[in-house]
Amino acid sequence: MSEPITSNEQYHIHISSEHKLLDLNLKEVWKYRDLILLFTKRNFAVRYKQTILGPAWLFLNPFITSVMHTIVFGRIAKIGTDGIPQILFHLTGSAFWSFFSSCLVGNASTFTANARVFGKVYFPRLTTPISNVLSNAIQFGIQMTMVLGFLIYFSINKMVVPNWLYFFLIPFLLIQLGLMGMGVGIIISSLTTKYRDLSVLVGFGMSLWMYGTPVVYPLSTISDGLLKQLVMLNPVTAPIELFRYIVLGRGAVMPEYLVYSRIFTIIVALLGIIIFNKVERTFMDTV
Amino acid sequence: MDNREVAIKISNVKKQYRLGRIGGGTLQKDLQSWWAKKRGKEDPNVRIGQKERIKGTTFMALNGIDLTVYKGEALGIIGRNGAGKSTLLKLLSRVTAPSEGEIDIYGRITSMLEVGTGFNGEMTGRENIYLNGAILGMTKAEIDRKMEDIIDFSEVREFIDTPVKRYSSGMYVKLAFSVAAHLDSEIMIMDEVLAVGDMAFQKKCLDKMRDVATKDGRTVLYVSHNMNTIRQLCSRCIVLSEGKMIYNGDVEEAIRQYMDISVIDDYNIDYTSIPRLDWLNNTKIRTLNAEYVNKANTSFFTKEKAIVRIKWINEHDVNDVSLRIEFLDFTRKPIGTSIINDFYSGKEGQKGIVDVEIDLSMFITGKYTTNYVFFKTNHSGSSENYDCVHGLNFEIVDDSSFVWDEKSWGKLKMSTIKLLRVDSEE
Repeated sequence: MSEPITSNEQYHIHISSEHKLLDLNLKEVWKYRDLILLFTKRNFAVRYKQTILGPAWLFLNPFITSVMHTIVFGRIAKIGTDGIPQILFHLTGSAFWSFFSSCLVGNASTFTANARVFGKVYFPRLTTPISNVLSNAIQFGIQMTMVLGFLIYFSINKMVVPNWLYFFLIPFLLIQLGLMGMGVGIIISSLTTKYRDLSVLVGFGMSLWMYGTPVVYPLSTISDGLLKQLVMLNPVTAPIELFRYIVLGRGAVMPEYLVYSRIFTIIVALLGIIIFNKVERTFMDTV
Repeated sequence: MDNREVAIKISNVKKQYRLGRIGGGTLQKDLQSWWAKKRGKEDPNVRIGQKERIKGTTFMALNGIDLTVYKGEALGIIGRNGAGKSTLLKLLSRVTAPSEGEIDIYGRITSMLEVGTGFNGEMTGRENIYLNGAILGMTKAEIDRKMEDIIDFSEVREFIDTPVKRYSSGMYVKLAFSVAAHLDSEIMIMDEVLAVGDMAFQKKCLDKMRDVATKDGRTVLYVSHNMNTIRQLCSRCIVLSEGKMIYNGDVEEAIRQYMDISVIDDYNIDYTSIPRLDWLNNTKIRTLNAEYVNKANTSFFTKEKAIVRIKWINEHDVNDVSLRIEFLDFTRKPIGTSIINDFYSGKEGQKGIVDVEIDLSMFITGKYTTNYVFFKTNHSGSSENYDCVHGLNFEIVDDSSFVWDEKSWGKLKMSTIKLLRVDSEE
């Protein structure tokens, strides 16, 4: 309150009924970076409050899922894992996939879930999806420490040979997948402010997408043909295979599909932000 | 014309809402409208209604507002419910965008449309100060600098590290107001958030806001139904009615205008053609007319007196007639009654007239209605009603900053207790 108010021109805001389509407003998002961090913190703080096991759930969740996958897909369906120990294979796969899918699902309800706050005060709405991705990335990091534990154990026993040198690539994969998940998520959330139908489909669509991605099976188990072509067209396939190549030493490195996946990500993320910015202006009237 | 610095400039702003439910049927219509627009044809889903404000299935919440607010000004915004006040504030605080028109804002804007927005029950008071401050646009460094001031102002220091879901509603609101009040913004928008906390805290909030407007030279936009706080805080006032600005200027004149448009009731009722209730089969007096002598509307300030003139005709010879004025709230729940005993006698066919002065100082803010009953008390103590009509309505407009807690204190402000002695006891 003490600082003199000098030139108000620096804070000039123009509001009009017209909206420039390519006005991404990213500068303002950067101004609110503290808010992004606080939202991220909140997402964590709130998730496991008043639970007995607390943050232990961060490990328990993927662990139980991986054990289930090991039993169902490894033991019962007898799907091979390229010689990788089953539990490790499923742990890495589900950590990676759950990062992507929670980026998508978590953002698919941005508008409807935050309607109360959005309806009362303005801040760049993009801060919410971004902080969602960030908290998912941190969660992924925590899960990776568990994966790392198994990895060290199995590599000492010479059961896997990780490409340790390439580990620095993982953050880039995360950024890409985070952007893709967020892009698709906010497109869905923008479309669901008026018509809620899509949000019903999200859960169903995500499990379909998971089975179309080499998560519980390696790409190498699919024989060449139409099916393989379809799986390859899935933009998550190349990144997850690369991820496995890095972490487990087994996996397909397909540069052309990685490029394809990146182009897909850029398009989806841009499109998502454009639609999101357009919808955020008036969604309060229709939500 | 003048060289004052502009803080907000609003030009021809309109905001349209769609009436009715938004659901499955709207997709088809959306596509239809979109296709018609593409081909340059008329939108088949817009019907032109009779009223200017309601067009087909849409509603103009704001219908062409032009307004310039200068730096350092405290602008009051008044108007009846649904006049468009909240919509205007929503547009200014960028919660939603206008359908037409432009707004230029020079300065950072803080809107307090609701205190405690974004508070998370699981987080502690301190964590929520950070979160809420950031939502309102402060950086972490700024919040750190203000933290102690905020905690002091909020009066909840002991509980600052407790999750806010354990707070009482009063504590919650106090904390929220404190965060909002400590923002470094050039423009503040406030929508009747004043009535928070206990009496002492309310006063503290008001003082704080006055400081903000007068000492710090910030621009304040303030919406309220409390005319007295408008008077205290604002240097200029606008009146909104049905989405349009009907007055812009002097505060007192604005309040007068607001009172005028708030008249929806008659200040003069003609009873000649109004049928009486069935149980009233023995009318010996027929009320003809009732009106306020000192008013051309039905709004009164707390301290004002209402002078009512009632005219009637005698259908029989009557003597020692009494008049009873029953006061009811707007749900027609009786509140109290005032009686003039045995004041009139007259012959059949004669007309009578009476002026009565009613002291309204006992009534708290709100709308009231009345019944006028002519009756006669018998020797046995029972009374016989001669005529009974719905009387004039009136609305009490708040004229003090004192907030009446109706839920616990009731609907009547009784006359001040007479103080007989006050002394310190040995």
